[in-house]
Amino acid sequence: MGLDFSVIPPFYGTLALGVLWTIAITAASAVLSFFGGILLAVVALYGPLLVRLPFRFVAWLFMGTPLLLQLFLIYFGLAQIGVDLPAFVAGVIGLGFHYAVYNSELIQTAMVAVDKGQMEAARTLGLSRRQALMRVVVPQAVRDVLPPIGNNMIALLKDSALVSVIGVSELTLSAQLAIGRTYRPFEFYAAAAVLYYVINLGMEAVLRGFEKRNRLSR
Amino acid sequence: MTQTHPFVEIRHAQKSYGKLEVLKDISLTVERGQIVAIIGPSGSGKSTLLRAINDLDPLTAGEVWLDGLQVNKSLPHRQYEKHINEMRQQIGMVFQHFNLFPHLTVRENVTMAPKLLKKITDKEADTLAEEQLDHVGMLERIDYYPSQLSGGQKQRVAIARALAMKPKLMLFDEATSALDPELVEEVNLVMKKLAEEHMTMIIVTHEMDFAASVCDRVIFMDKGLVVEEGPPELVFKNPTQERTQAFLRKHLEGAK
Repeated sequence: MGLDFSVIPPFYGTLALGVLWTIAITAASAVLSFFGGILLAVVALYGPLLVRLPFRFVAWLFMGTPLLLQLFLIYFGLAQIGVDLPAFVAGVIGLGFHYAVYNSELIQTAMVAVDKGQMEAARTLGLSRRQALMRVVVPQAVRDVLPPIGNNMIALLKDSALVSVIGVSELTLSAQLAIGRTYRPFEFYAAAAVLYYVINLGMEAVLRGFEKRNRLSR
Repeated sequence: MTQTHPFVEIRHAQKSYGKLEVLKDISLTVERGQIVAIIGPSGSGKSTLLRAINDLDPLTAGEVWLDGLQVNKSLPHRQYEKHINEMRQQIGMVFQHFNLFPHLTVRENVTMAPKLLKKITDKEADTLAEEQLDHVGMLERIDYYPSQLSGGQKQRVAIARALAMKPKLMLFDEATSALDPELVEEVNLVMKKLAEEHMTMIIVTHEMDFAASVCDRVIFMDKGLVVEEGPPELVFKNPTQERTQAFLRKHLEGAK
């Protein structure tokens, strides 16, 4: 059977919807992973022991087990014990926390590397430790690891394909739906690949914009 | 309060790291409007003493008082944090390495603390930043980032940042030591201006000329003790202690 890309146009709508869902789930997870990463980093470095230890354990769980399994656990597992999350929400929680843990590792390293004089100067002005952390240390740490956080976000975009297995009709699942109707896996998976690549380019442009804005402030 | 008290008072300050005694029972007072220089060889404890005044380096024993309030009061943790943050708002500090916030503009460096702690409006904050930066001659750089400034300019902004909290007392921890020689003067001029405005200042410095020309009193420290103190004419011209004489001999020679 030869290739025939003319099977794609009738499914433009399906694929476009898939792209929108992929962007939505990636954006929501990216925001969660960014702020979650900051929270985890601050707690890991400055939290009281009784908070730090359980956080550490959860972080270890998210880093040490497959993302696919985490998605199953959050979506199907939690439903069994009565926490019935919509697939989109379960996907955002899984992706978001998974990458929050990775972001937090980056941010922690950068926070430790921020000059001690920064905290001292902030405390000397009368800021509380929390204020000094959130206004002075964290922004500098985040600024310093923006490029590797950007890499994590691109990995997140690609891993968003995994939420197709819990039924979020994002790009991969949309392609599968089209394949189910046409039996044309090559054409639709190739089309999805191209669309992922285009989203990726857009995302890189956004990240570069953030990095540029930070150029002077170091 | 009816009884008079010294403006700044340090009572029996002691500080040790394990067996190493950095400060050995230091007591001193500073009157309102006085400008005091602390000099001495490196490792004499002068920076540690200065940093004890705002409790950046807490004392092992002893008390620090500012304007009738004890700075290093012993309180339960939470209350102490609140107390020390209030005290520190009244004590400005300038560091050797400036410690400007690199991710903020000059304006934001100056206004961050007043905005957060004094809840002033954006408009008041702008006026405050303009006033303070004008005072140190840095108004035209108000929207620059610290990375775009020279060392002397950074230190002037750091002084403006401290002054924006309207402190009662200013501490200078070797404010010009990290500067290229040609940039020292612009910072010294700002400090002289503050002196003329009768800001109470405690200055840790290596610059004997500056100490002699600006300060009312010089304190010579060595090995965690105050060895000698008095007006600069006396300490610099006629030091009574052998250690002071040796230090000054070395330093004044070195300067020539």
